[in-house]
Amino acid sequence: MFDVDVWQEIFSTIKKNKLRTFLTGFSVAWGIFMLMILLGSGNGLQNGVKEEFSSNSINIMWMWTGDTSIPFEGMKEGRTIKFNNGDYSYLKEKGENIENVSSRYYLPGTIIYTYKNEYGSFETSSCHPSLLGMEKVNIVSGRFINDLDLNDFRKVIVIGDNIKKALFKEEDPIGKYVKLNNVPFKVIGLTFDKDRHSERTAYIPVSTAQRIFNGADRVHTFAVTTKMVSTAEEAEAITDKVREGLAARHKFDPKDKKAMGSFNMLAQYIRTMKIFQAIKIFVWIIGIGTLIAGIVGVSNIMLILVKERTREIGIRKALGASPASVITLVLLESVLITTVAGYAGLLLGVGIMEGINYGLEQALATGGGEGIFFRNPTVDFTTAITSMIILVVSGALAGYLPARKAANVKPIEALRDE
Amino acid sequence: MIQIENLHKSYVMGHNSLHVLKGLELGIEEGEFVSIMGSSGSGKSTLLNILGILDDYDKGTYYLGGKLIQGLNETKAAMTRNKMIGFIFQSFNLISFKNAMENVALPLYYQKVSRKRRNQIALEYLDRLGLKDWAHHLPSELSGGQKQRVAIARALISQPQIILADEPTGALDSTTSFEVMEILKEINDQGKTVIIVTHEHDIAAMTKKIIRLKDGVIEEVIKNGELQLFKDRVRTE
Ligand SMILES: Nc1ncnc2c1ncn2[C@@H]1O[C@H](COP(=O)(O)OP(=O)(O)OP(=O)(O)O)[C@@H](O)[C@H]1O
Ligand SMILES: [Mg+2]
Repeated sequence: MFDVDVWQEIFSTIKKNKLRTFLTGFSVAWGIFMLMILLGSGNGLQNGVKEEFSSNSINIMWMWTGDTSIPFEGMKEGRTIKFNNGDYSYLKEKGENIENVSSRYYLPGTIIYTYKNEYGSFETSSCHPSLLGMEKVNIVSGRFINDLDLNDFRKVIVIGDNIKKALFKEEDPIGKYVKLNNVPFKVIGLTFDKDRHSERTAYIPVSTAQRIFNGADRVHTFAVTTKMVSTAEEAEAITDKVREGLAARHKFDPKDKKAMGSFNMLAQYIRTMKIFQAIKIFVWIIGIGTLIAGIVGVSNIMLILVKERTREIGIRKALGASPASVITLVLLESVLITTVAGYAGLLLGVGIMEGINYGLEQALATGGGEGIFFRNPTVDFTTAITSMIILVVSGALAGYLPARKAANVKPIEALRDE
Repeated sequence: MIQIENLHKSYVMGHNSLHVLKGLELGIEEGEFVSIMGSSGSGKSTLLNILGILDDYDKGTYYLGGKLIQGLNETKAAMTRNKMIGFIFQSFNLISFKNAMENVALPLYYQKVSRKRRNQIALEYLDRLGLKDWAHHLPSELSGGQKQRVAIARALISQPQIILADEPTGALDSTTSFEVMEILKEINDQGKTVIIVTHEHDIAAMTKKIIRLKDGVIEEVIKNGELQLFKDRVRTE
């Protein structure tokens, strides 16, 4: 089979039929090219969306409160529900399927940050140390808030890159004191966010915030991470359980979305990824369909070829060609055409997607590409290999019928003089 | 060499069956030079195809070189053809996209002889047939006589014991025909059994034995010594 002679035999017939071979190969190349483009685009879109999710833990969940909208146990609607530190302890200790909790107290009014002669107004996020992982805060120097800061009500602050630039200019802010409405906070860390979500945000311990800004034990929102589950239904079930627990504590209907709002990222994430899975299946179906069209083309042309070569095959058989050697001849030619053409299509498709990826990365690196919902639109190695295997197998399939036909050629019929 | 007894062959086409060979008996010794004659449709090609294991028969026995040829599978049949039989056809049956040398070398390809070696042997055979200078020409660039000589070289290259030729001169003019017959005679002189089918009495007369087929059996066998008589008879016919 890997005999040089066999290949020489095959090449000599291919050389004789260049145009036909090209046209056949083209349909296969086109099929695999389309498959690569579609798969790559699908991946790009999926990666883009994943990137959107990536600024937080995907199993994060936020909760906030408002006024009740459903009467509950004889109480009229319109009651204001407020979270407190007790809810924190409850979630932390009794919350089912809850891993981490961070509470946030909104500082009242506008907080003015001052350092030396520079001042400005920025967003202040009061939190627990666990927020670091939950919201993927990226510390570039110093550290984030820790348990000691929290327990001792320390006046420490982690600032975003933009705040640093506005107040400290070129100065190293770590260890310096920035005043929040005249209360000095020691800068312990600096964050940087490449997507600029939180560069104008500063973090302080929630305990300190409550004490200094008259919060008592008031909590406005909770961020929690839940147990990882694989279906959106399970994620929703976790949400419902948490809502039930808090509703019981504050006496409101668990279904009352106005009394307590919540957003479970994981459920959303799973649903979104499911769409992409569907898209992927769809893409494969289209791609394989195109490929099948190509293969049918190859098979057809090989059939015509075998017919054209009936006499030649007859001669070969008369001279001692076994059916197996005739089959090998036709099958290998088919596999060769599909594989080479398919590989060309694969290279072109992958190449184009890599080119687009390069352009994208270039744009992102230079600060452009804002709002491009498309990341790393490439096809992974396994997929490429899979496609390659599909190609070889389909080449064999395409050659099978014609090869059978060739093997069945009867020398006496092929050689009969008209 | 060849021993045939009670050979029957019918062609079945739908509901019709055409009984072509009807209990044919035939013996051919090694080194004979035989021509098969008979009217068109008398079954000459049919017989030759069976002799060449290109076709099977319905009844009887066929021994080739002492071996019973019956119900061979295709691979075995191909192997036996390759080793024991050289074919020469009326329409040459050269492969059009292969040059003379490659055509001649083809039987050795199926014996797994290396490309270099078989091309070298092919050149030797072409040389013997006076075609050395044409080795790298395609069949379309050769005359009929040259093509048939290439085909003869191809039939000889695997050193078979038997050469089967179905109207080898049918597509050639008379001068070329005689040249080809001379070559076949030389081959026969070297000890090979040569069996040809022909319509032409002149051609048949150049062989050493003539077998006349009629109605699916052998009507007459004319041996060496009687050939002159045969020629005379044909002339008066
Ligand atoms: N494959 C076939 N299928 C059906 N009938 C066939 C087949 N081959 C030959 N015949 C028939 O069998 C008979 C003998 O054919 P064959 O070719 O042996 O004759 P022939 O003696 O070689 O004739 P010619 O001198 O014309 O070549 C003819 O009537 C022919 O039509
Ligand atoms: Mg005939």
